[in-house]
Amino acid sequence: MIDFDPSSFGLAHTYQKEDKDEINTLALPSAPQVIYKTLNGPTQINGGNKLNNFKHGTTTLGFVFKEGILLAVDSRASMGSFLSSEQVRKVIEINEYLLGTMAGGAADCQYWLAYLANHCRTYELKNGSKLSVAAASKFLQGILIGYRNSGLSMGCMIAGTDTTGQHLYYIDNDGMRLKGDIFSVGSGSTYAYGVLDNHYRYEMSLNEAVELGIRAIYHATHRDTASGGVVRVYHIHQNGWTKVHDGIDVVDLHYQFAQQKGLVGDGDEAKQRLF
Amino acid sequence: MYIPVNEIHKHFKTETPNMSNITHKQDQWSPYHDNSGTVLAIGIPGAVIVAGDTRLSNGYNILTRDATKLSQLTDKCILATAGQYADFIALRKFLQQRLQLYEFQNEVQASTQTVAHLLSRELYSRRFFPYYTFNLLAGLDENNHGVVYGYDAIGSYDQMTYGVQGSGQELVVAVLDNQLKGYNKINKTIPQTQQEILDIILDCFSCAAERDIHTGDNVEILIITPTGTQRIIKPLRKD
Repeated sequence: MIDFDPSSFGLAHTYQKEDKDEINTLALPSAPQVIYKTLNGPTQINGGNKLNNFKHGTTTLGFVFKEGILLAVDSRASMGSFLSSEQVRKVIEINEYLLGTMAGGAADCQYWLAYLANHCRTYELKNGSKLSVAAASKFLQGILIGYRNSGLSMGCMIAGTDTTGQHLYYIDNDGMRLKGDIFSVGSGSTYAYGVLDNHYRYEMSLNEAVELGIRAIYHATHRDTASGGVVRVYHIHQNGWTKVHDGIDVVDLHYQFAQQKGLVGDGDEAKQRLF
Repeated sequence: MYIPVNEIHKHFKTETPNMSNITHKQDQWSPYHDNSGTVLAIGIPGAVIVAGDTRLSNGYNILTRDATKLSQLTDKCILATAGQYADFIALRKFLQQRLQLYEFQNEVQASTQTVAHLLSRELYSRRFFPYYTFNLLAGLDENNHGVVYGYDAIGSYDQMTYGVQGSGQELVVAVLDNQLKGYNKINKTIPQTQQEILDIILDCFSCAAERDIHTGDNVEILIITPTGTQRIIKPLRKD
């Protein structure tokens, strides 16, 4: 007869291992070892090896300025060290007034931002008014807290416009939700922050802001192996959002900026691109 | 050297095995097997071409030389899968049944974009015990342009003009980047006709069969055009 200790009533009963005991444990199936696409990080196998865990490898950035919000992203996705795509769309168009950026696990971001879009539309139909950016980001945060420690990997920015103006939030798979004026997410974020913090002013014009966003992403892609591809730029203003640039190749930007600095190399590279 | 019997214990270390000094080496059972192989899909205006080798392997064993990795889901789209064959069969069954239901309820077949989204959701529904499948969904869109959607194991997808999945992915995609996009090509000639693209596909599979042990036997090619589907099988190295 098993003797229950009253103090452990209701809790899982654990064996006290003694030297004489031989406990035969059934070999349980190991957790799935599946490789899936990450936005510029090394192989994510069930949450990833802590040593290699490039949290949210990518470069995305967003900042608030007087004309609204500017979002700029790169477009590289990797599976381990293999580049699975250079043309990924890391800005998800949730609806005509909300945008979300992706970093971390591609599938997680795609799925949950689409889920958020569904929720926003349902709310709009039921209540006759649009969901605010604060509420939308809070809804997503609630979902991610529920899945905490389950291995989801998401570092997204929710940016949008509502009756109170344009707002930018950063949401994390740990359940973090931060409102702010400047964010950059991903392995290339440190490089982007360097450029952003140097030239950011709230009173910038739209053109200056677009220039800044492009330059920051370019510098991140230049130095970070996990970022690259093309730069995509979106602008959020009081009437919704506009896609400013659909894809500027960072290699073109490299030669453009080099020329601005007066560098021509030996002349041949800049003039005659082989690709 | 003579060791008295009652002093043997000083010279030889003996330990009774117990819970603290046994290192267990367990052969963990895994629900996943990689049956490998390579699939690719290329979309051109007016057609989409999907190809897959027909070898099924498990580690160093060849299970069969005759297994298809392609599955036609609707008149206009094809699913091509590399990875675990059992999960491919399960996924194919789910999609076929669900699309049949769609057709009964809506009196029209699902468009390629709809199927793409359905596949993504089905893969993500198994986020915490994934289908070990690396899929390509290839089909004709509303304007009869060939489109390819590439997936990872948990459902993230993107539209592309061509895609490769499987054990020969790294080998083949680099060739396609060069041939179809002209990357790093001195004389940039992009193939235009269907026949040129078929030749490139056969070359790619020959290359993959040369250098990847899991790819070989035969290559099965399906060409979907608005008028119908055409099937071609060509032999590859069987070693």
